[in-house]
Amino acid sequence: MRVRRLAAWAALPLVVTLGLAACGSGGNGDSSGSGQGAGVSIQIAEPQHLVPTNTTETSGSQVLAGLFSPLVDYDAQNKPYEVAAESVTSSDNKVWTIKLKDGFTFHDGQKVTSDDYINAWNYGAYAPNGQGASYFFEKIAGYQDLQGEKPKATTMSGLEKVDDLTFRVTLSEPYIDFKSMLGYTAFYPLPKAAFSAPGVLNDSYEQAPIGQGPFKMKGTWQHDSKLEVERYDAYPGEKPKVKDVEFRVYQQLTAAYSDLQSDNLDVLPTIPTENLSTAQSDLGENYQTSPMSSFQFLAFPTFEKEYSKPDVRKAISMAIDRDEITKSIFKESQQPARSFVSPVLPGYRDNTTGAAGQFNPTEAKKLYQAAGGPSKITISYNGDGGHKDWVDATCNQLKANLGVDCVGSAEPKFADLLTKVEKKQPVGLFRMGWVMDYPSMEDYLGPLYSTNGSSNYYGYSNPEFDRLVKEGSAAPTQEEAIKKYQQAEDILAKDMPVIPLRFGENVFGHSSKVKNVQMDLFQRVNLVKIEAAS
Amino acid sequence: MFRFILRRLLQMVLAFFGTTLIVYALMFAGQGDPIQALAGERPVTAAQRAYLTEKYHLDATGVGGFFYRYLDYVKNLLQGDLGQSLTGRQIGDILQQAWPVTVRLALIALAVAILFGVTAGVIAGIRRASIFDNSTLVLTLLVLGIPTIVLAPLAQYFLGVKWQLFPPTAGAQPSLYALLLPGIVLGSLSLATALRLTRTSVAENLRADYVRTARSKGLVKRRIVSVHVLRNSLIPVITFLGVELGNLMSGAIITEGVFNIPGVGFNLFRGIRTEDGPLVVGIVSVLVVVYLISNLVVDVLYAVLDPRIRYE
Repeated sequence: MRVRRLAAWAALPLVVTLGLAACGSGGNGDSSGSGQGAGVSIQIAEPQHLVPTNTTETSGSQVLAGLFSPLVDYDAQNKPYEVAAESVTSSDNKVWTIKLKDGFTFHDGQKVTSDDYINAWNYGAYAPNGQGASYFFEKIAGYQDLQGEKPKATTMSGLEKVDDLTFRVTLSEPYIDFKSMLGYTAFYPLPKAAFSAPGVLNDSYEQAPIGQGPFKMKGTWQHDSKLEVERYDAYPGEKPKVKDVEFRVYQQLTAAYSDLQSDNLDVLPTIPTENLSTAQSDLGENYQTSPMSSFQFLAFPTFEKEYSKPDVRKAISMAIDRDEITKSIFKESQQPARSFVSPVLPGYRDNTTGAAGQFNPTEAKKLYQAAGGPSKITISYNGDGGHKDWVDATCNQLKANLGVDCVGSAEPKFADLLTKVEKKQPVGLFRMGWVMDYPSMEDYLGPLYSTNGSSNYYGYSNPEFDRLVKEGSAAPTQEEAIKKYQQAEDILAKDMPVIPLRFGENVFGHSSKVKNVQMDLFQRVNLVKIEAAS
Repeated sequence: MFRFILRRLLQMVLAFFGTTLIVYALMFAGQGDPIQALAGERPVTAAQRAYLTEKYHLDATGVGGFFYRYLDYVKNLLQGDLGQSLTGRQIGDILQQAWPVTVRLALIALAVAILFGVTAGVIAGIRRASIFDNSTLVLTLLVLGIPTIVLAPLAQYFLGVKWQLFPPTAGAQPSLYALLLPGIVLGSLSLATALRLTRTSVAENLRADYVRTARSKGLVKRRIVSVHVLRNSLIPVITFLGVELGNLMSGAIITEGVFNIPGVGFNLFRGIRTEDGPLVVGIVSVLVVVYLISNLVVDVLYAVLDPRIRYE
């Protein structure tokens, strides 16, 4: 008796354990079957949102790039050309007429009309909707009326329908790069099916967004797991070469890298830093790089007395050996920066910082002492982004070359760093990064250094600079705009409110099951060009 | 027995509210700027800030604000509503998706620990100082000495990438086979501890008076071990495994991350990283329940294993 009872008690947990562990496995055993047929799998992180006007991070924007077709896209010189738009024209850069191409339909069969654009943009701009990308609409006339807790209006006065395929956009002031701006995620249209009432988005829309792009959703968004899309056959533009795309969610890039190495994953848009040193030998010719728009820099709290002199800032810049750091720490996956705008842009000039960007320890020390720079420098950074190595290396260079004391100080997160900077607490120098939203020099100048710029955390203000950027935006032609922007950049080179350090690159890898993998400037895989290798 | 369980259940209610209060207070105190954390390195527009502040009562600060938000949370909790994460998803939905895979992973790990740990522990305890005993000692010391953060990527690299015996990652709806490697990695630590515990316990009991009596009575050795020794030796092991089950259920942050399993630990890690207070508190509240229940089950199992223990 006793024996049997004991045996039963001991065996029960085991049986339950094994039984439970086995159940549920029958349903879906094909998780590794990504390479079958003509489908490809691409790594993403869990997107925060999939409503175009609320999507500002790369993963969401990668998915939306498959589901939607932008009004304009960018050519090899990063000039905009029409995709879903037939033409985007303006005589004064203030009133823009957008004509849509005929033949585009949403995945539910509805024809795309100008109303779909107008409704989507109004929804995005309306403040109570809390859309993350709403600031992209602030250049459109009437945007201010949609702000505040109880906005005066629900529609922007600057959006005006002409006919089913034409609409007119009036800006509050002329903006030369408006056409470039239209390529951004926030400017996609939304179908009628997305709204449950005018101006009210269906809660379920985000779970299976309906777009007008080359791919449509297959099923719904499987949170933390994957998103599957398939080719939309009625798409009138360039047809994708693959039938299905699976966007697979990974929390850690290193896990995705392991899958990539064993052909369980087809494209990894960013090789994790930990694997950079071995990736080239691991992946062979499937390891690739391409230009990207990111820009890393060190910012000065120019409102603090010890950093208020441009000579102090220039001397610190001259004491940093950018080449050495990109080589030894970043394994050439980033390029040294000596200008304020990214080399991917038409108006880019090499080395605009002049002598201040060149590594010159003796000059640096002389200049630093003459200007009376502080004897102790702190460089603050966010500890969760893998910045410690290069900050420490930079500090060591400053110690050796300027003869000052230098420490790197980590804040837990970028948000903590920004909070301190905004409260003007002493953080010393602090790291910043910038990725452009659309190819325009203005995007690298206005938000970062204008007196009222949205990301001007360093209290830099130069009326001359503000004026030049404004004149550039209002210029009648691209050539004149670029000239003004370049003059504005020259002012930055004189004042040095920040030290340009590095320009980023896409460092990506793909499996042997796919070919023709191209990445754009926004870290997105080109879904139309990618092919299955046969 | 019934009264004992009832009393414990009533205590659990108090323990539950106590722990959620503490966790809520900690999240509240440690919170920096969750809206900026959500936006990453982008500037946040005033409109979006106002929207999220209003939605999550982030403007309620100080002691008064804390109790206002906590009571609001508890009120919703009692109605079965765990609230929304900062990205607008229902936390109930997140847990519903995360839980099954974590439970399966935990059960595999536990099965590995019981199957290999207890069996090997019994053998090592009987054949004390034999080659088997000494080699398991070395092996378990090795496993206990290597942290999961090293063991998991190593196992993944060699067994998954290099020799391709297992799929390198498991994903959201993994097959039993895909979960095996993470399960073994996760279970190896409990395996080692269970083995050491069983071995010591068995070895000790073999020298006990009642075993000598049984042997002098002429009982066969197999019966002595399987009935008398094993039963008395399992008590500490059961205690350990019960607590361990709670541990395993709470999700293995490292293992789930390395093998890309979107379970509880995976979501907890994300919640902490993005300062998503509602998500962290929601997950921890459910974890508290899991711990309380697994402890109760262990206590009840004592009475089954040891007749001397009676609960009133």
